[in-house]
Amino acid sequence: MAEYWSINPGLEETCKEFLANIPEADVTLEFEIEEKDFVSAGKGSAEVKNVLKRLGIDPAILRRVAVASYEAEINVAAHSNGGKMYCYIHDDFVYIKYEDKGPGINNIEQAMIPGWSTADELVREMGFGAGLGLPNIKKNADFLHIVSEPGGSTSVEILIYYK
Amino acid sequence: MKLKEIVTLLDAELLTSDVDLEKEIPCAFASDLISDILMCTKEPTLLLTGLTNTQVIRLSDMIDLLGIVFVRGKIPSQELIEMAEERNLALLCTKLTMFRSSGILYNTGLRSCTI
Repeated sequence: MAEYWSINPGLEETCKEFLANIPEADVTLEFEIEEKDFVSAGKGSAEVKNVLKRLGIDPAILRRVAVASYEAEINVAAHSNGGKMYCYIHDDFVYIKYEDKGPGINNIEQAMIPGWSTADELVREMGFGAGLGLPNIKKNADFLHIVSEPGGSTSVEILIYYK
Repeated sequence: MKLKEIVTLLDAELLTSDVDLEKEIPCAFASDLISDILMCTKEPTLLLTGLTNTQVIRLSDMIDLLGIVFVRGKIPSQELIEMAEERNLALLCTKLTMFRSSGILYNTGLRSCTI
């Protein structure tokens, strides 16, 4: 099992505290992500953005949440056998988790390098596969945690504060 | 720069109805790669692209696109145009290449969007 962490400086303690004792969310949303379904992929992230927009969250934060979430959602559709996305909306942050049914990431460190991509021809024709998915998530999220088992499933967690 | 000036400069065709041609367009971004386009999180922008699949409209749900110019004479599907209409998103189509379109707009004073 391989693991990757990225936490924005200054938020290490807050994030670890949160993970050690995850409080109940105000709003919970759940979406199925089908393998290679590029018609529906992104709907979950658009819905999350809409809900946060209705809550009056700052547009700049909305774009960060939407981009990080969309990239993660597309990754599940483009690279996995399908999976699910769970979004937990709290008072001062949003926490989103993506779980897929495999086949896992061979080398997470390599996948984090901007420009590195394992996308197939179909995915590239759609305009994906720039190798910027994970770097874009890292750039926009306050917290990113990836756990992957080569041959097994992958889980991606992101957290973004509204401040 | 107003949207109507962009239509004239690129000799573009409008693909959606009820477009506000007086809309002010402060900046633009051009790319055929979705992740590149998703770097535009700092401000609303006009997009120039050769991508015509419906994920381009999905992009406008994530970042704030002021409109999309399809370059190289590409015409998107009716489904995509309807998705744009639902979102009140202006779609333009030009026969010019992405390089030429970008050059014309840049030279006329349209700036790059902040990334």
